[in-house]
Amino acid sequence: MRSKAATSTDRSKGEAGWGLKAAAWFGVLFLNLPILFIVLYGFTTDDASYTFPPPGLTTEWFAVTWNRADFWAAFWLSVQVAFVSMLIAIVLGTCAAAAMYRFKFFGKESVTLLILLPIALPGIVTGISLRSAFALGEIPFSYLTIVLGHATFCIVVVYNNAIARLRRSSPALLEASMDLGANTFQTFRHVVLPNLATAILAGGMLAFALSFDEIIVTTFTAGQQETLPIWMFGELARPRQRPVTNVAAIFVMIITFVPILLAYYLTRDTDDVAGSGK
Amino acid sequence: MSKGDAAATPQSTAVSFRDVSRHYGSVKAVDRVSFDILDGEFFAMLGPSGSGKTTSLRLIAGFEQPTSGSVIIHGKDMNGVPPYDRDVNTVFQDYALFPHMNVVDNVAYGLMIRKVPAAERRRQAEEMLEMVALGGFGQRKPSQLSGGQRQRVALARALINHPSVLLLDEPLGALDLKLREQMQVELKAIQRRVGITFIYVTHDQGEALSMSDRVAVFNQGHIEQMARPHELYENPATAFVAGFVGVSNLLQGAAARAISGQDGACSIRPEKIYLATPGSAVPANAMSVAGRVTTILYLGANTRYDVALESGGEVTVAVQNRESHFEPAEGEQVLLWWEARHLMRLAG
Amino acid sequence: MTPSSSLSNRLSTYLFNRPNLVLCLLLLPPLLWLGVIYLGSLFSLLVQSFFSIDDFTGKVVYDLSLNSYARLFSATNLAIIFRTVMMASAVTVICGIIAFPLAYYIARFASGRTKALFYVAVMLPLWSNYLVRVYSWKLILAKEGAIHWMFNALGLGPLLEWILSLPVVEGSSLSTSYIGTALTFIYIWLPFMVLPIQAALERVPRSLLEASSDLGARPGETFRKVIFPLAIPGIAAGSIFTFSLTLGDYIIPQLIGSSRPFIGQAVYQFQGTAGDIPMAAAFAMVPIVIMAVYLTIAKRLGAFDAL
Repeated sequence: MRSKAATSTDRSKGEAGWGLKAAAWFGVLFLNLPILFIVLYGFTTDDASYTFPPPGLTTEWFAVTWNRADFWAAFWLSVQVAFVSMLIAIVLGTCAAAAMYRFKFFGKESVTLLILLPIALPGIVTGISLRSAFALGEIPFSYLTIVLGHATFCIVVVYNNAIARLRRSSPALLEASMDLGANTFQTFRHVVLPNLATAILAGGMLAFALSFDEIIVTTFTAGQQETLPIWMFGELARPRQRPVTNVAAIFVMIITFVPILLAYYLTRDTDDVAGSGK
Repeated sequence: MSKGDAAATPQSTAVSFRDVSRHYGSVKAVDRVSFDILDGEFFAMLGPSGSGKTTSLRLIAGFEQPTSGSVIIHGKDMNGVPPYDRDVNTVFQDYALFPHMNVVDNVAYGLMIRKVPAAERRRQAEEMLEMVALGGFGQRKPSQLSGGQRQRVALARALINHPSVLLLDEPLGALDLKLREQMQVELKAIQRRVGITFIYVTHDQGEALSMSDRVAVFNQGHIEQMARPHELYENPATAFVAGFVGVSNLLQGAAARAISGQDGACSIRPEKIYLATPGSAVPANAMSVAGRVTTILYLGANTRYDVALESGGEVTVAVQNRESHFEPAEGEQVLLWWEARHLMRLAG
Repeated sequence: MTPSSSLSNRLSTYLFNRPNLVLCLLLLPPLLWLGVIYLGSLFSLLVQSFFSIDDFTGKVVYDLSLNSYARLFSATNLAIIFRTVMMASAVTVICGIIAFPLAYYIARFASGRTKALFYVAVMLPLWSNYLVRVYSWKLILAKEGAIHWMFNALGLGPLLEWILSLPVVEGSSLSTSYIGTALTFIYIWLPFMVLPIQAALERVPRSLLEASSDLGARPGETFRKVIFPLAIPGIAAGSIFTFSLTLGDYIIPQLIGSSRPFIGQAVYQFQGTAGDIPMAAAFAMVPIVIMAVYLTIAKRLGAFDAL
């Protein structure tokens, strides 16, 4: 009930030494500064190498990228894949969380492991496994084969968010609702859904972001198709129009930052750990 | 449900357990329990944690189903009847207020489910809040209330459907002592006003004794004794009840035989024992025994003496601190006496 | 008299009395998906690794054999495995060194807005674009890029040249040397190390530290004897991620580094250009086996309690 009791309120924190402070800030800057170079190089006039500092600045690459049909094709494929994967992950992740929260059963530990496995094993294992299954089953590549892979590792993201929220809400809430006359469906609608919705939505947002920029598994499940990350990867090998890749990258950053920030704000008040581990 | 005709006869049965068991694997949470709770009664289920009292409450509410036997509410077997089809409401231990709703919506929840129009349910909810002295708090969120206030909201919410039976699961457990005593008085008053059956689970014997018409003492999945508070305190049926309800001197084996002259355990309340100088005369109907004071604890209203008996064993004596009374020192020899009727012979 | 016996009420009551049916209905969809698609694929990977490829036709021969595994133990392949494991170890150690002070600062000293800022600053890179972030280091490490430029501007160009000419490092620029590969790995996986350590440190109750100093321990001693041991499960949990992710990655070494291949690239090339899925499958078993060993050790260190 008293879920806020654990949050630090006026815990008198000591003062950190300057060495520790410097090391902490170094870590944070190391994590975030490199992104700025992506933005900077999106405006460079040098289109064949990575000269620093850029010889000149221009906005022409935005127009060039805008007019590239291959960019848009890859973009829409990624949106489509991420959206469908998100939907599947939301349904399956929520079901799994509800079952794991509500019931005790034989083999529960194994089910947890199974849900975690796709992110615990290196992405390349998931990728090559799916690739080998497609080869054995002679399944042709399509956007659905990409979705199969993405949804698999997205389930855990929704699951983590949903179960964290469930664990922090009192199990008596469901009983209270039924006690007051609400049947299972009414309880779901009036109590479970309002409490869980933001957590599921946050999980879905993260799943979308995760799917949108996934490349390791995707290269194995895409065949000749190009999602945006694969398209970018291909562009990197080309010596001409390099800043186009940067413009695409800026674009991708914006598209994934929005859902991530949304997820953060959706779960901020409730201290959900927004998915420990990708 | 037909609670109208059931309530008409004052002493009809509200809830009865017929040989009810609830087992979790090899754990027998409730084991072959039978009892009746009368309409309009304030009934307490008392016991330590894990004694089966909460499970019994949950069996009545419908959150649990019996492994065998049947729970009957107003003459109807409740097997397979879900909580939402039972004319019973619950005040939960942690209150279980819906965090996403304000106080009014919490209280009006039962009416909302029954599709009572919004204006009407708001009016009834406000009325109920007035009754628990929370008028004007309707727009707050549960997180903005104190523990005592949440407790009242939970009560109002459970009463709004006018159930025939109200279940209370350690409702005062999370409150501090002062508030708890105040709420005990209020709960009792509310029960008189609404006139419905209260079934009250607690591990606090003081609470059970002060509020209830009858108390069932639970231990290890069965009922040790079911009686009115006075009876329970003065005549505990078993050693467990004697020890759990109030403080008691339990004497067993040789020590018990030396005092009562019979086999089997016996017990005596500390406040029933008188202290006297060795060799004093005692009344004709009294029993006496000699001993030596080992420890003295001054407790304000009274003083506690631990006395080692010559016949073996040790008893605690509570003496009220009136203006003058015999005050032995530690190590001093004393004579203990009590009226014979206060010695309780125990089963089990 | 009769409780509202609407369809939803009757269905609800039906389900209420059959909790096992509800459990099945909830658990079946995710289990089917993960069981069939994921476990099925892993199994097919295992099966594939026992097939082999016909040298003349280039077609997969569906006979069980240990051919692929035999080829796995060639000198070239062992060198690839050794190189990858060394890189994963180095990356894990350095991630730990950079992550610890950061996590320690967030857990123990930052509060309120600073804490939120630091938290977002660690979370955002974790969830944002992998490829874009790798690419940013290609820009920074390039011969004509920012770091080389900075060294030259400071007159330290020769120092960098000297470092790059060292035996193992060997590269014409940072972006074609092991240093570049390692830097990028560290950058990409760092959040995975920070978060578990932070979580482990957050769980150390303040009273424990006060008890320690109360018992006469100087701050340094409290750190060594109390804080650090309690953070070890967090470090172990973080290292699972950094180690596992480095083992399986093939994008980073392909974009940044010398052309000497890592396990991930080997798997990628066998299944792609060579079309030799059996060999790729056998190679993919290597990180699985290494991780199984690693997880056993991490479990002993209590890493699973800190996940």
